[in-house]
Amino acid sequence: MNIIACVKQVPDTETLIKVKPDGSGIVEDGIKWVMNPYDEFGVEEALKLKEKLGGDVTIVSVGPARTMETIRTALAMGAEKGVHIDDPSLNGADAYTTAQALAAVIKTLPHDIIFCGQRAIDGDVGQVGSVLAELLGIPSVTLALKLEIAGTAVKAQKAIEGAMMTIETSLPCVITTQKGLNEPRYASLPGIMKAKKKPVDVKNAAAIGVAAAAKAKVAKTVPPPARAPGKILQGDDPALKAQELVKLLREEAKVI
Amino acid sequence: MAKGVWIVAEVRDGAYRKVSYEIASAARKLADELGDEVCAVLCGSGIEGKAAELGKYGVDKVYVADNAALDPYTTDAHAAAVAKIVKEKDPAILLMAASVQGKDLSARLVGKLATGLATDCTGLKIEGGKLIAVRPMYAGKCFGEVAFEATPAMATLRPNVFPIVENAKAGAVEKYDPALDAGQLKTKVAEVAKDTSGKIELTEANIIVSGGRGMKGPENYNILEDLAKVLGAAVGASRAAVDAGWRPVTDQVGQTGKTVSPNLYIACGISGAIQHLAGMSSSKFIVAINKDPEAPIFQRADYGIVDDLFKVVPEVTAAAKKILA
Ligand SMILES: Cc1cc2nc3c(=O)[nH]c(=O)nc-3n(C[C@H](O)[C@H](O)[C@@H](O)COP(=O)(O)OP(=O)(O)OC[C@H]3O[C@@H](n4cnc5c(N)ncnc54)[C@H](O)[C@@H]3O)c2cc1C
Ligand SMILES: Cc1cc2nc3c(=O)[nH]c(=O)nc-3n(C[C@H](O)[C@H](O)[C@H](O)COP(=O)(O)OP(=O)(O)OC[C@H]3O[C@@H](n4cnc5c(N)ncnc54)[C@H](O)[C@@H]3O)c2cc1C
Repeated sequence: MNIIACVKQVPDTETLIKVKPDGSGIVEDGIKWVMNPYDEFGVEEALKLKEKLGGDVTIVSVGPARTMETIRTALAMGAEKGVHIDDPSLNGADAYTTAQALAAVIKTLPHDIIFCGQRAIDGDVGQVGSVLAELLGIPSVTLALKLEIAGTAVKAQKAIEGAMMTIETSLPCVITTQKGLNEPRYASLPGIMKAKKKPVDVKNAAAIGVAAAAKAKVAKTVPPPARAPGKILQGDDPALKAQELVKLLREEAKVI
Repeated sequence: MAKGVWIVAEVRDGAYRKVSYEIASAARKLADELGDEVCAVLCGSGIEGKAAELGKYGVDKVYVADNAALDPYTTDAHAAAVAKIVKEKDPAILLMAASVQGKDLSARLVGKLATGLATDCTGLKIEGGKLIAVRPMYAGKCFGEVAFEATPAMATLRPNVFPIVENAKAGAVEKYDPALDAGQLKTKVAEVAKDTSGKIELTEANIIVSGGRGMKGPENYNILEDLAKVLGAAVGASRAAVDAGWRPVTDQVGQTGKTVSPNLYIACGISGAIQHLAGMSSSKFIVAINKDPEAPIFQRADYGIVDDLFKVVPEVTAAAKKILA
């Protein structure tokens, strides 16, 4: 089985995000970079499939030089090899362009199944997996909570509003991962040592034949709207505070 | 030249989902500013009769693809059906719901239409005749204004954020053939197992009562459920409660859970970690009940009670029962 897992490097969720004064983006100094948490589910599922059905796992990532660290993390978890697409023209590229770059690489690799996270927690756009599937002309199942593969038959479960849906499709396909799919493993120390010697191909945009042309761009980044300070209800009697709260919700907020 | 503000209406089990009216209303507002028409695409099976109803929310024209392969929703059938009419009519703007279905469909359409999409938007405006979509980024730590270099400019709208406005327009109905090629439809829905517990879906709830680690154990959620019953609310949870196995993963609110935007969010025994706030900070009113006055949730709350939730919550239930009776 030829398994591919796409991983993106993102700021750690604890990172304090500061908007640049000119609104052109965020201040990147001091950010701790980590693997997108949803991609950990993708790498884990890829490794589980490999362990069950044989084959190998290739990690593909688009990003600047620091991205190599995240690729090595995935290799340390147990993937075989990586492709790192590093080109200034792709930094901050939109979802379509990023998917184009991933598709250009993946087209040249044998691929039975491709894992992406349901979304990256920086931009939170949640598009790349589906766009990639479209560009490769293969089906996609988003938000998978459970996955079964038998031969080329794929069965996946996802939660939709108020129901669980079971979807059937066939390989090759793209699966995007949702929390609940699995428990990602940690890289072991021997794994980390071995990862240093695993092959990673580094390519630029010209080498994969992608010319970035943004379809969407973040024109301006602004801090969140200020929120008026809230009201802390005073007093020692829980019952009185509860009554006051209900009154406020009814008469001031008008939400109950 | 691309022209018109379009929406994709979302139906489930033969009925519109409420968010369809929200996006229709938002589209109307943009179209009025641009002096344009609002058109809707409606895909499903046996739904032609429902099409004209969208006129009530400002839709001038509804393009209907009525085909057995379009119910239940599958990504490939719906993406093909919507792409066909969009390519033919060339709208400037295309809006969808940031629901499970809308997010899946819109992302696939980005590939089919080679265009840009702003996901989960909380605001829309027109600048220089073009759409600017406002969306939270980095888990709501900042907002981005997304501009588009291709058409249609696509945006998915966070449910429960845009007001529903009645504004009667023609709602003229035109059927079209989605020209689905059975050989190209590679996904099928084997089963839809509905939650029959009568639980209100979190992303659709007007009110959410949510409990975290401060609930101390799964057996104590009944006090939240009692309050929820009185308020007609759904019950949510923090990741700490989900990871402890107290509540199902589908109840988790936050960065790695659901994004919700109810009118009222009552956080009980939840500290207000940034990852939790990411999923609920666009709620219209936030109430925090927590015994720690320093808990970060109080910085986001409109109303706060610093006290033991086990004493406060039953009293809130009793008071609400009285007032709502
Ligand atoms: C703050 C911010 C806001 C943005 N807003 C928009 C916007 O509104 N519209 C838009 O089109 N673009 C936007 N972008 C650009 C876009 O987010 C990306 O940078 C682009 O790489 C893909 O989007 P994503 O990473 O959010 O991917 P998502 O679609 O959220 O990611 C899903 C999955 O795709 C895979 N993946 C994504 N990126 C890569 C990568 N570089 N390498 C390998 N795998 C990857 C991963 O498996 C990931 O889990 C924004 C970027 C930022 C930083
Ligand atoms: C990558 C990543 C993703 C994450 N995604 C999410 C997510 O999607 N959703 C999410 O919620 N978290 C998420 N988290 C976890 C998050 O960081 C917090 O750990 C979590 O939200 C804490 O849950 P909590 O508020 O219930 O627990 P705690 O932080 O332990 O807070 C419990 C609160 O209960 C109060 N309390 C205790 N007893 C009582 C009492 N008797 N009466 C009143 N108050 C009481 C305490 O004062 C405390 O404030 C994520 C973390 C990471 C790293």
